[in-house]
Amino acid sequence: MADVKCECGHVNPHGTILCEACGRILDESQSGTKLVDMRYEGSARRSQVYNKTIIDKIWNFFSSVKVGVWLIVITLVASAVGTILPQEFYIPPTVTADQYYQEEYGWFGKLYYHLGFHNLYSSWWYLILIASIGMSILIASIDRFFPLYRSLKKQTVSRHEGFLKRQRIFGITKPDHSEIELEQIAKHLSEHRYKVRLENGNILAEKGRFSRWGPYVNHIGLIVFLIGAMLRFVPGMYVDELLWIREGETKEIPGTKGQYYLSSEKFILEVYEQDKEHENFSAAIEKNGMIAKNYQSNVTLYKRDGKAIPGEEPELTKIKDHKIKVNQPLKYDHYAAYQVDYKLDELNKMKFHLTNKESGETFGLITVDLYDPKPEYDLEKGYSVELMSYFPDFEFDENGEPSTKSKIPNNPAFIFKMFTPDTPKGEVSFVAIKQTLEPLGENDYKLAFAGIETKNVSALTIRKDLTLWILFAGGIIFMVGVIQGAYWNHRRIWIQKKDGEIWMAAHTNKNWHGLKRDINRIIKNTSLIEPADQLQEGKSSKKGKINSGSTKQ
Amino acid sequence: MAQLSSNLLYIAFVLYLVATFFFAGSIKDKRAQAEKGQNRWAFIAIWVTLAGFISQLGYFIARWAASGHAPVSNLFEFTTFFGMMLVGAFIIIYFIYKTPVLGVFTLPVAVLVIAYASMFPREISPLIPALQSDWLHIHVTTAAAGEAILAISFAAGLIYLLKSVDQSRSSKSTFWLEATMFALVTTLGFVLVATIFSMMDYKADFTYIDKNETEAKITYSIPALIGPHEGKLLTQDRIEPLVKVPAIINAKKLNTVIWSFFGGIVLYGIIRLILRKRISAKLQPLVKNVNLDLVDEIGYRSVLIGFPIFTLGALIFAMIWAQMAWTRFWGWDPKEVWALITWLFYAAFLHLRMSRGWHGEKSAWLAMIGFVIIMFNLIAVNLVIAGLHSYA
Ligand code: HEM
Repeated sequence: MADVKCECGHVNPHGTILCEACGRILDESQSGTKLVDMRYEGSARRSQVYNKTIIDKIWNFFSSVKVGVWLIVITLVASAVGTILPQEFYIPPTVTADQYYQEEYGWFGKLYYHLGFHNLYSSWWYLILIASIGMSILIASIDRFFPLYRSLKKQTVSRHEGFLKRQRIFGITKPDHSEIELEQIAKHLSEHRYKVRLENGNILAEKGRFSRWGPYVNHIGLIVFLIGAMLRFVPGMYVDELLWIREGETKEIPGTKGQYYLSSEKFILEVYEQDKEHENFSAAIEKNGMIAKNYQSNVTLYKRDGKAIPGEEPELTKIKDHKIKVNQPLKYDHYAAYQVDYKLDELNKMKFHLTNKESGETFGLITVDLYDPKPEYDLEKGYSVELMSYFPDFEFDENGEPSTKSKIPNNPAFIFKMFTPDTPKGEVSFVAIKQTLEPLGENDYKLAFAGIETKNVSALTIRKDLTLWILFAGGIIFMVGVIQGAYWNHRRIWIQKKDGEIWMAAHTNKNWHGLKRDINRIIKNTSLIEPADQLQEGKSSKKGKINSGSTKQ
Repeated sequence: MAQLSSNLLYIAFVLYLVATFFFAGSIKDKRAQAEKGQNRWAFIAIWVTLAGFISQLGYFIARWAASGHAPVSNLFEFTTFFGMMLVGAFIIIYFIYKTPVLGVFTLPVAVLVIAYASMFPREISPLIPALQSDWLHIHVTTAAAGEAILAISFAAGLIYLLKSVDQSRSSKSTFWLEATMFALVTTLGFVLVATIFSMMDYKADFTYIDKNETEAKITYSIPALIGPHEGKLLTQDRIEPLVKVPAIINAKKLNTVIWSFFGGIVLYGIIRLILRKRISAKLQPLVKNVNLDLVDEIGYRSVLIGFPIFTLGALIFAMIWAQMAWTRFWGWDPKEVWALITWLFYAAFLHLRMSRGWHGEKSAWLAMIGFVIIMFNLIAVNLVIAGLHSYA
């Protein structure tokens, strides 16, 4: 590809629109327009120069802002569709998705489910959309960064006439004492924090060039964020486990490879109470009834010493106590434990008196730990109780045999054998909540219900997420970039002497109002006339649109 | 304190209304229009606006003192705060561009937003555990500020279209512009309907069979045109519903929507009868002196200023809070997704602005769509699609 040599002698890369040195129009198709297109300073971009190989084609596809916008819009619409019905992870775990969508939402729900919208955000095509946006950001940025860098670095002070004339802001003054004035103007410009360069009596004043890098910085932030989000799938970066823990219990923390243990001392639930809170809250409490105030688990964290040996009690060293509340997780060594759920008053122990049915006399109390029942309870003096069978969650199965639904003691039932000096062979009794059966004939003794003990259970989410810092860094870089690009702008003012006249032209990538205000301040008390906004002139002649109206970068 | 707080809000409300009339007066004032910058009317208008803003700030602080937390924790508080930020954003933009006409359109929108907010339960309520976090308050206030600044581009877009759309013949543009007007009138319709019945202290209790096929109770505060599933009216002398809907539809909300729509149509009909032309055509003379390029730039700049603030508040701070309260920074709940949609939308807007042909009228239409998305997230997502954020 041949380079293009400008009349001023500068050699430009193929595809350049405005000469990098003097700003003369090189691209013939542009020379008839009233205003020059200042995007990317009229420099050559790879995507506009090469279009041969398949790589070029892919490159060109992704580097187009139009494609980028389409990708964004498609993602936006798809995301919206995903909120019409709840996503699968929000539906009750007791029903299958297949049934749920159909039953709750009829044919629409069925369609929604079959099109895969119930799991939209982790569907392959949604992920491909996001990945394409990432790709597009990356390629578009690289495509523009280098040429833009070249031309912004290489700005010359003296520009070609045609370049000045075709700036949106342009004016000619015919003054008498131009020498003196230019210096004064240069001073004014510096006072308004413009960087002023003087060359052969021509001025280039510039401000806020760094803001041009804003989009590139924010795009890097986005890429970093997306990379961080991808790293989640690398083993070891991310842990998400649930731990149900009872008061008084010590358990290995899942996801920590047996390194850490947690014991729960207490779970606390507090609600706002009418007479204890400030009167300002009375109306709300009365209207809404119970409003939760606090969910809290008081826990102690332990670290295991040495290696885990199966079947052996681990040796634990206490690390710290913590009160886990919502918004106040326990954090240690990249792990965090969050309060997420609870269950109050779960059955924990049941107590019985061994009682003589006739006399009502009792012979000792047994306490059955429903999580760790003993095979035998010795009551001394010849009295004892043997636990033959235990059904934590009792039901009769299809064959009418007693069985258990789960290991959780929701409905405990027992088969006991009672031994007394009177009945040394033992009597069998079936005991469940509110009922006693004597399957092997009438007994002399019974186990009379003597109370229960309950415990609260906390559910804690155990989380480790090593990607957070990367995501956070991405977020910060993004913010720096958008602020840089949005709150500053790149303003340039060219002032040149041509045949005794003073030519003034100006360009900004955004915020023309601010640029005009700057110019007005600068030419105050000088004989320079205010340059015109050439776009505005076009407008005033009724609807007439100037086709390269956009002179934004 | 609570009483003081609501009085201050009333005062702010009235002052915003007064300021609107002064701003309108300032653009009618031909004499003053000639000389550049502010005229007398505009000067008074902006001071009244500032006074209103300070009064609303007073409401905010007093309510904060009364409840012990930043009052942004339910739909009433949050929406009111959004109204306040809208005025704040307007004040900032006004001091940059000195355009009274922006006040004529922004302040009524703010007034409408605040009036709308007041239709939701207003009692001061204690915070549930998930909401007890400073990050939540930082997130909500910053997000609202960002949305409010973005919404200024809606006002600018509206002004642009009012001037640029040719009202002498009917077209798609006149239709959609008028539809926007109708939407604003409908909001007013809702406020009026709700206010009238609340002044009459209308209450009708129903029992009905809910989605889980259990019996439940519900109280309507406006007459039930749409009754709940197998609803039985318990209160005497109240209107029986015209239709009853299946259990999966929220009858009370649908009823409210229908009433608002009804109120909107009646109100709009009356306005049209009086004006004898489209509202937007009637408003056109008000904007005949505006400089389209300047208004276009105001719209673009408010997006530029609002976008970073919105990103910070609605995405970054939101993620920090979500990580602490819900154990993960992102959970795809509808409110979050709509924040993402808003963000993507304005990102698309900024990119489109870089190409030719998207300045001016197209930009103005985009600004309208953006505002619809913001309002949808602010209100509809809470009412229609309840997520974790389910306020109220
Ligand atoms: C959601 C994702 C994106 C966000 C949040 C984003 C953000 C931004 C922002 C804020 C700007 C500055 C705009 C202005 O100053 O008016 C910008 C510029 C730009 N963006 Fe993006 N962008 C995203 C995706 C993309 C994609 C997919 C492309 C691919 C074509 C792209 C290409 C560009 C280009 C070429 C610029 C102009 C650079 C310059 O002025 O030198 N962006 N972007």
